[in-house]
Amino acid sequence: MSQINRLAEGGLINRSKRLKFSFDGKEFEGFEGDTLASALIANGVSLFGRSFKYHRPRGVLTAGSEEPNALVELRSGNRLEPNTRATTIELFDGLAANSQNRWPSLDIDVLSINSLMAPLLTAGFYYKTFMWPASFWEKIYEPAIRRAAGLGKPPEGFDPDHYEKSFAHCDVLVIGAGPAGISAALAAGRAGAQVILCDEGPRLGGRLLSDKEYINDKPALDWVRDSTLELENLANIRILRRTTVFGIYDHGVYGAIERVSDHMAIPREFSPRQRSYRIITKRAILCSGAIERTMVFGDNDRPGIMLGSAVRTYVNQYAAIPGKRGVVVTSSNDGLSTVETLKKNGVQVDAIVDTRNGDMIQHALGGKRVQAVQIIDKNGKTREVECDLVSISNGWNPSLHLTCHLGSRPVWDENKNAFLPGKLPSGLAVAGAAQGRFSLQEALYDGIRTGNEAAELAGFDPKQFETPSAEPEIFDHRPIWRIKASKGKRFVDFQHDVTDLDIELANREGFKSVEHMKRYTTLGMATDQGKTANVAGLAILGEVSNRTISEVGTTIFRPPYTPVTLGALAGHHKHHEFRPTRLTPSHKWASERGAVFVETGLWMRAQYFPKYSGENWLDAMIREVKGTREAAGVCDVSTLGKIDIQGEDAAVFLDRIYTGTFSTLPIGRVRYGLMLREDGFVFDDGTTARLGEKHFLMTTTTAGAAKVMAHLEFCHQVLWPELNIAFTSVTEQWAQYSIAGPNARAVLETLIDPNIDISNDSFSYMACKSITICGNIPARLFRISFSGELAYEIGVPNRYGDALIRALMDVGKKYGLIPYGLEALTTMRIEKGHVAGGELNGQTTPRDLGLNKMVSQKKDCIGKHLSERPALLEKNRPILVGLKSISGKSNLSAGAHFLDIGSNPSLDNDLGHMTSTTYSPTLNCWIGLGLLKNGRERLGGTIRAVDFMRKTDVLVEICDPIFVDINGERLRG
Amino acid sequence: MRIPCPFCGERDLQEYSFLGEAGLKRPDPEASDAQKQFHDYVHIRKNTAGTTSELWLHTYGCRSWIVVQRNTLTHEIFSSEFASDTLKELTK
Repeated sequence: MSQINRLAEGGLINRSKRLKFSFDGKEFEGFEGDTLASALIANGVSLFGRSFKYHRPRGVLTAGSEEPNALVELRSGNRLEPNTRATTIELFDGLAANSQNRWPSLDIDVLSINSLMAPLLTAGFYYKTFMWPASFWEKIYEPAIRRAAGLGKPPEGFDPDHYEKSFAHCDVLVIGAGPAGISAALAAGRAGAQVILCDEGPRLGGRLLSDKEYINDKPALDWVRDSTLELENLANIRILRRTTVFGIYDHGVYGAIERVSDHMAIPREFSPRQRSYRIITKRAILCSGAIERTMVFGDNDRPGIMLGSAVRTYVNQYAAIPGKRGVVVTSSNDGLSTVETLKKNGVQVDAIVDTRNGDMIQHALGGKRVQAVQIIDKNGKTREVECDLVSISNGWNPSLHLTCHLGSRPVWDENKNAFLPGKLPSGLAVAGAAQGRFSLQEALYDGIRTGNEAAELAGFDPKQFETPSAEPEIFDHRPIWRIKASKGKRFVDFQHDVTDLDIELANREGFKSVEHMKRYTTLGMATDQGKTANVAGLAILGEVSNRTISEVGTTIFRPPYTPVTLGALAGHHKHHEFRPTRLTPSHKWASERGAVFVETGLWMRAQYFPKYSGENWLDAMIREVKGTREAAGVCDVSTLGKIDIQGEDAAVFLDRIYTGTFSTLPIGRVRYGLMLREDGFVFDDGTTARLGEKHFLMTTTTAGAAKVMAHLEFCHQVLWPELNIAFTSVTEQWAQYSIAGPNARAVLETLIDPNIDISNDSFSYMACKSITICGNIPARLFRISFSGELAYEIGVPNRYGDALIRALMDVGKKYGLIPYGLEALTTMRIEKGHVAGGELNGQTTPRDLGLNKMVSQKKDCIGKHLSERPALLEKNRPILVGLKSISGKSNLSAGAHFLDIGSNPSLDNDLGHMTSTTYSPTLNCWIGLGLLKNGRERLGGTIRAVDFMRKTDVLVEICDPIFVDINGERLRG
Repeated sequence: MRIPCPFCGERDLQEYSFLGEAGLKRPDPEASDAQKQFHDYVHIRKNTAGTTSELWLHTYGCRSWIVVQRNTLTHEIFSSEFASDTLKELTK
C-alpha cells in the first residue's frame, strides 16, 4: 500500500498532484509539496543511509538543511549529485535517489563490522594507526580507507547543465523568510527601499509552516499568505525563493545560490540549474532562525529518533507520520507542543520524558529502527518503553553562522543557554530566533524594528504600523548535554560519527583547546559543519575539563553556510569559455586554408598552414621558412600590442621608460626599444615608430601588451603626472601583417597606391610612413624585420584585415608568396638571434642578452641603476649564446642544462640553460639560444646540453647567437 | 570587497588590480647613493598591519591608478583618490 503513513487530510501538500519517485530502485509515490524525506516517511521508510565511519544505520534527524544523516545520491549519470540532503530535495515526478556508503545494500551493509572495530577507530586514529611503514600509506591504507569511509561518489563525466553568475543590488537584504524575515521585508519595503528577500526553501513562512501558531488571533498561515501577497505586489521587493545566502564578504557583499532548477528532473530550456549571486547591499538583516539541538544518550542515532521540530514539520507541513508510538523527550516547553501535535494526529504518546522534572532517557534499543527506550525517573527507577518514534527537544542554537564569516566569535549566553551573535559585520542586523529571541512575538517585533531601521539607514522614511500580536510563550529550558550512564554509543556529530568518548579522549590526550579538539576528533568538520552537534560537543569538553561553555569558547563558522556547487561559482567560465578567446583579423581566412591554431595567451594564432592534409608541423615549418627566405611569406602579427602615444612630452616619456633614446628619433623612423623593470631586469621589448613630432606608435610582445600598458599608466600617473601625454591601446584597431623575403617589396608594390615610393632609397630599413593602398585605403607601413629578411609590416584599420590578407595572397601568387605561422616565425627569429619569451624570463638584464649597447649612458631610465648592481655585472653570469647540435640530427630541448664534458650533473657544475630551440632549415641542423656562463670566452667550444626530464644528453657547439646573415645585408637590401 | 574609484564610483574588487604600498617617491637618479636609494625604493616596504596607503589600478574601468586608504586587518576603506593628485600634494 502506498503512503501508509500519510494523514488523510491537512498539510501544505497538493494532493491532486501525485508524483512517482524511486529510492534504491524501489518505486514510491508522493505529492507535490513533499521533500524526498517527507515522501519517504509518508511511505513508511525510516532507513536512509549508513554512517561515515561505523556504517551505522541512519534515518532522518531534521527537516531542514542542517540534516547530518539523510544524505543521498540524487539523479543518475552525469547529473548525479552525491551527499544531497533528502530533507531539502523537493520531490518531482521521476525523481531517482540512492542511498550511499553501503555495500552491497542499505539493508545489509558488510562494513557495519566497523562498529566492532570501534576501539581502533577513535579520535586521532589516522594519526595513530597508519604511522608506519611509510610505503604502506599510498598503497594500502589510503585506498582501503577511501573505499570504506567517506560519503557519496561524484559522477565521472561533465555536468551537462549550465550555471550562471550574477550581480544583484539592493538597499536592504533580508536573509530568511520566517516571521522575522517577512516582517523585516514588509517594513523596509513599505518604506520604499529596494529589498531582496531570500529563503532557502520554496515557500515563505519559516517555522510558521510547521507549527500551528496564531497571529492576530487568526491562523498564522493566513498572515503568511497575506504578507506574501503584499510582498509580491510591491514593485521594490524581489523575492528569491530556493536561495541560500551562504556567505558574508567585505563591504556589504553577500554570496547567494539560487537553485533555479533543482526541483525539476532537468532544467527548462535556456534556464540554468543554479545561479550564483553576488548581492551588494547597503544593509542586511539576518532572520535565519534557529536549529534545534539533539541530546547525547546511548544509541541516540537509531532511525526513528528525531528532533521535535522535525516531527512537527513532518506532521503539520507534510501530513506524514514518522511513527505510530512515540516517546517525547524534552528539556523545554517545545516538547509539549510536539505531544499535542502527535496526539491530535492519532499518534500514541507512550511516555513524556521532561528532564526538568528529573526524568531522563538513558538509551535507545533497536537496530535499523528504534524499538524502545530505557527511561530512568527522578527516583532512579528504570523502565523500558516500546516505541518507533522518539522526539528530542533540547533547546535551540541560533543560526548565527553568517555573523562569524568576517571573523567575529559568538558569545555564550547563560540565560538562554545558547551562543548569540558577537560583534556584527558592518551593515548587518539580526532579528528573531537568530538573535536568541525565540518567541513568535519577538520575531515579529524584531523584524519590523530592524526592517524600519535598515530602511532609515539606507535613506528611506519608515512608515509606522502596528506589530501583529502572537500568543505568549514561556521560555523555560534547562539543557541536558549528555547522559553518561547509558549503554551504547553516544553520538555528538552524526555525520562524522564523533562520540562523547572521542571528545573525552581528545581532552585526555591534551587536545583541550576547542580548536585542537575539533581537528583531532573532526567534530563539526563534515558537510553540515556540525549545525546540530557543535554546542553539545563544547559542553562535553567543558564538563570533562571542568570549564564552563563560555570558558571553552567556540570555533567559528566559515562560508559556505551550506555546501555550494562549484559549477555555480564558475558559471559559464569553464572549458573553452574559462576566459575570452581573441581571434586575429585573418582568422577566418586562415581557417579556410586549414591552418592549425595554437593558443598564445588569449589569442588563437596560426601555428602552421599544412599544404596537404596530414603535413606535420615540422615539415610545414621547414617549407614555410624556406619559402619565406627564398621568395616571400606573410604572417599575421596583429596580436602584438600596439599603444598609441601622443602629447607634448611623449618623447621625454619614452626616454624615461626605454633604455634607448627616442627623443632623437626622426619622424618617419622606427627604433627597437628595450624596457626594464625598476629592479633592472628586462621587462618587454618591441619597436616604436615616430609618426609625428608628438606622436609615437609603440609595439609590445603579444604576452606583454596588457602589463606594458599598465606599466606606462603607472609611470605617467604615479611617477610623472606633470608630463603632458596620453596613450591608448590600439591593438584591436589595427590589422597588421608582416611580409618578409626577397620578393616582399615586389608583392607590396602591386598593392600600394601608385604615387607611393617604397624603393630602398626612399624607404630604407627602419623607415615608416602613412600610405594608402588598393585605392585610398589608409595604411601604415613599417620597414621592420623579425625574420632577418627584407621585410615590412603593413597595418590597416581592423575592418580591412580580412580583405587585405586575401588581396595579398592573390597578388602574391606570382612572387611565390606563402603564409607562414608561429612555428616558422619562431624558427626565423631564433636563426636571427632575436630574444623572445624564453630569454625575456624576468631574470635577464640587457647585458645578459648582449644588448648592453641598447642602454644609453647619457640618461636615466626605469631600471637602469639596479641593472648595474654588482652581482648583475659579475663576469661569470650566464649570457646569451647560440648553440648548434654537433650531430645536427639530435633534438635540442629548451630547459636543458649546460655541463662541461665529463663533469657530474650538479648545481656547482651547472653552466646555464637552453632558452629556445628549433630545427633550422637554413643551417640544416638543430640550433638553440641559451644563457651560458662565460659564454663569450667559450665561443667555438663544445659542451653537453642535458635534460633529465626528456632524457636527452646532446653535444652542442657554442656559437654567436646570430646564425643567419650576421651583417644584416638581407634586411637592408 | 568594494572599492570606491574617484572617477567611476564604488566598484567591485574584480575590476581592480593591486600593486602595493603607495607614497613611495622614485629617487633622484643623480644622487651619489642612487643605487642604494633605488634598492630601498624597490625592495623595502613597511608592511603595515593596520591602516595603509595602497596603489590600485582600475583595470576594467577608467584605468586610473588610485591611492586607497585601507585597514588591512578589517578591510575597512577610508578614502580613495587619484594617484596623480596625491603625488602633486607630495611634491608641493
